[in-house]
Amino acid sequence: MLVTSPAFKDNAARALESPGLQKALDRAKGGFLSKRGAAVAGLPEFERLRDIGRDIKNHTLQHLDFYLEEYEAKVQGAGGHVHWCHTADDARRAVLEICRRAGARTVTKGKSMISEELGINDHLEAHGIQPVETDLGEYILQLRNEPPSHIIGPAFHLNREDWEESFRASHTDLPKDRVFHERRDILTEARSRLRDKFLVADVGITGANFLVAETGSSVIVTNEGNGDLTQTLPRVHIVLASIEKVVPTLEDCTSLLRLLARSATGQDFSVYTTFSTGVRREGDLDGPEEYHVILVDAGRSNMVGTDFQDMLRCIRCSACMNHCPVYGVVGGHAYGWVYPGPMGSVLTPTLVGVDKAGHLPNASTFCGRCESVCPVKIPLPKLMRHWREREFERHLTPSAIRANLGLWAWFAMRPSLYRMATRAATGVLGLLGRGKGSFRTLPLAGGWTAGRDLPVPQGGTFMAQYKRRQRGARP
Amino acid sequence: MSRDAILGTIRRGLKRGPLPEDQKAMLRARMAAHPRHLIPARSRLDRAGQVALFIRNVEKEFGTVERVPDLAAVPAAVSDYLAAHNLPPRFAMAPHPELQGIDWSDRPLLEFEARKGAASDQASLQHGFAAVAETGTLMLPVAGERPTTLNLLPDTAMVFLRASRIVGAYEEAWDLLRAERVDPLTGGFMPRNVMLVTGPSRSADIEQTLELGAHGPRRLHVILLDDDPAALPEAVAAAPDLRPEPARHPIAEPGEPASPGD
Repeated sequence: MLVTSPAFKDNAARALESPGLQKALDRAKGGFLSKRGAAVAGLPEFERLRDIGRDIKNHTLQHLDFYLEEYEAKVQGAGGHVHWCHTADDARRAVLEICRRAGARTVTKGKSMISEELGINDHLEAHGIQPVETDLGEYILQLRNEPPSHIIGPAFHLNREDWEESFRASHTDLPKDRVFHERRDILTEARSRLRDKFLVADVGITGANFLVAETGSSVIVTNEGNGDLTQTLPRVHIVLASIEKVVPTLEDCTSLLRLLARSATGQDFSVYTTFSTGVRREGDLDGPEEYHVILVDAGRSNMVGTDFQDMLRCIRCSACMNHCPVYGVVGGHAYGWVYPGPMGSVLTPTLVGVDKAGHLPNASTFCGRCESVCPVKIPLPKLMRHWREREFERHLTPSAIRANLGLWAWFAMRPSLYRMATRAATGVLGLLGRGKGSFRTLPLAGGWTAGRDLPVPQGGTFMAQYKRRQRGARP
Repeated sequence: MSRDAILGTIRRGLKRGPLPEDQKAMLRARMAAHPRHLIPARSRLDRAGQVALFIRNVEKEFGTVERVPDLAAVPAAVSDYLAAHNLPPRFAMAPHPELQGIDWSDRPLLEFEARKGAASDQASLQHGFAAVAETGTLMLPVAGERPTTLNLLPDTAMVFLRASRIVGAYEEAWDLLRAERVDPLTGGFMPRNVMLVTGPSRSADIEQTLELGAHGPRRLHVILLDDDPAALPEAVAAAPDLRPEPARHPIAEPGEPASPGD
C-alpha cells in the first residue's frame, strides 16, 4: 500500500476541513467507548485477564521460533502447507503462485489488514485475477477504490449517502430509481451481490486473528459470516498471517478471545469465532481441499529483542484508536498507511521507516488513554517516545524544532537560570495582559494563539507558588 | 530460505540459538497439559444456572431458544417455528444419526433433506455438539454428519442441542472435543473446522449501526432438549444453588509453563 505518512500534517489539515469525515467521526464518538465500557464492566475479571493476555503474548514471543516451528509441523500434519515469507514481495509471489496453480479467475477475500499491507488486491488484479472483498466495509471501499480508515471498521469514515451513491454507481444493472429506505436495504443489496461471488470463487483468502501451535489452527473472528463463507466454499483456502499471531494452546487463545471482542466492538464474543485446521477430511461434505498459510514477516522479526518487541503483543482490537483524541478528529486516512491511531504510530515507523512515518509518533498528546485500554498492556506512549528520541538522534526532526528543543534543554539543565527566565516571562506577560484575562494574539506564539487564547499568568510561577505553599503548610 | 532468515532474525533478537532440547521438552509438556488460565466466575453455577445463563445469553445476542421435553417433540417445534415465521415447511438437515432417528411422521407436511447447506436454502437444522453458557455460544465442529455450510448459507438456522451438552466455559467445551473426537487424518482431536457461533450474523459497517443478517443467517433458533434432570427450569426454583464449582483442573500462572507433573 502507498505510504502517505510523510504528508501527515497536510492529511490532518485536510481531514479537519472535510465535513463528511467530521460528520462520520462525530457520529462514531462515544459509541465504541460506551460499548467497550459496558462489556468490561460486565466481566469483573477483565483487569486480571489483561495481565494474563500480556503474559501469554510475552511467553510466546520469548519462544517465538519454537512455537512457529511447532505450528508448522501441525499444519503439515493436517494436510496444509506453510509458506514462510520474509518480505512482502515473497508473500505476494506465494499468493499469486497458489492462485495460478489453482487456475483461479475469481478470489473471494475476508477482511485482513496484512492483505492491505501487502497490497494483494492490486497484485492479483495486475495478473488477471479478480479479487472480491466480502466484508461489507471492505466491499464498498473496493467499489470506491479507497483504503480502510479503521482496522475493524474499514468504512468508518463513510456516511449512508456515500453507500447509496456507490451502490447506484456500481450496481448498474439494478433500477436507477430504487429507494434505500433503511440501512438494511443497503445490506440486503450487498448480500445478494456477494452471494454469487462466494459461489463461483476458486480461491478464498482470509487473515487470521490467531494461529494455535498446539493444533495447527488459524482463527478468524467475524460478525458477518463472510470470512467463513470465504474459507468454506472455494476449493482452495489461503490464510495470510504475520508471525506474531501464533499462541501456544487453545486455552491461551481462549483467554485472549475473552479480551478481543470486548475491547474491539464491546461484544462479549463475536458472532463467528472459527478455528480452521488443514484440509477437508474423508467423509466431510464441505470445506477446502487445499489449505495454505502465508506466514509473513515483513519487518516483524527485526522487532524481537528491541524496545519495540512489546508492540508484537498487539491483537488488533482497535481500542487504542477508538479512545484516541487525535484519531477522533483526523480519522484513519491521515496516518497515511494501513494502521492508524496509537498502534499505527508505533508500528508504521517500524515497518516503513521512521524517515517516512516520523510525524506519527509526534501526533499524540500522551494522554495515555490508549495504554489504559490496551487488552495486552502495550506501553504505547513509551514506545512513541522511543520513536521521538530516535527521530531526534537521527537528525530527522526539522531544524527549528531541534533549535528550540536544544535551547529548552540548555535552560532545563540549569535550574536557577530556568527559574529566573520563567519568572521574568511570567512577570512580563502578567504586566502586558493586566486586566485582560487572556491573549488573543501574541508575537512569536502565533502557532498557539491561532487555535486558542493564551491565559494571562497570575500569581507567579509554579515553583514560586509551590514554595509559598510549602512554607504555609509547615506548622 | 525465508524460513531460515525469519528464524535466524528472531534468534538473533532473542540473543540465543535454537532452544536446547530440554527446554523444548518443557514447552511441549506445557502444550500437552494445555493449562487453563482464569475462568470467569459468571459461569461457575449449578446445572440449572448454567442452562439458564446460556439461554439468557443467546437471547441477548438476538437468538431464540425453545425448550422441548423429549426427541418426539422436535418435529412439532420445527414445524411451528417455521410456520410462525411464514416460512415454507422445508429445511436442510444435518445427516446426524440423532436427527435422522427422530420419528418425523407425525408432521407429514415437513419436507427435509439430510445434506450439506445450499445457497437456496431458506432454513436448516444443525446438530449442536456442545454449547458455552458464558456467552451463549454454540460449538459446531465439522463432520460428515455436521456440515459447516448448514451454519452459513440458510437464512434461518435452527440448531438442535441437548441441555446436557451445555458447559460453563469455553475451556470445558474444548475438553469435550478433546475427549470425544479422534481425527482420521491427524490422530489428534481437531477437525478441519470448529465454529463457535454466538447469535445470528450481523454487521455494523454502515454508520456503526447494527443490522442482522449480513452474509450468514438472519435468525438463529436453538431447540433445546431438556435431557438433564438437574437442569430443568423447575429445579431452578426448587434449589437456587449458585455456589461456585471447585476448579477441577490445574490452573497455571499466566505465561508460565505448567510443570509436567501438573
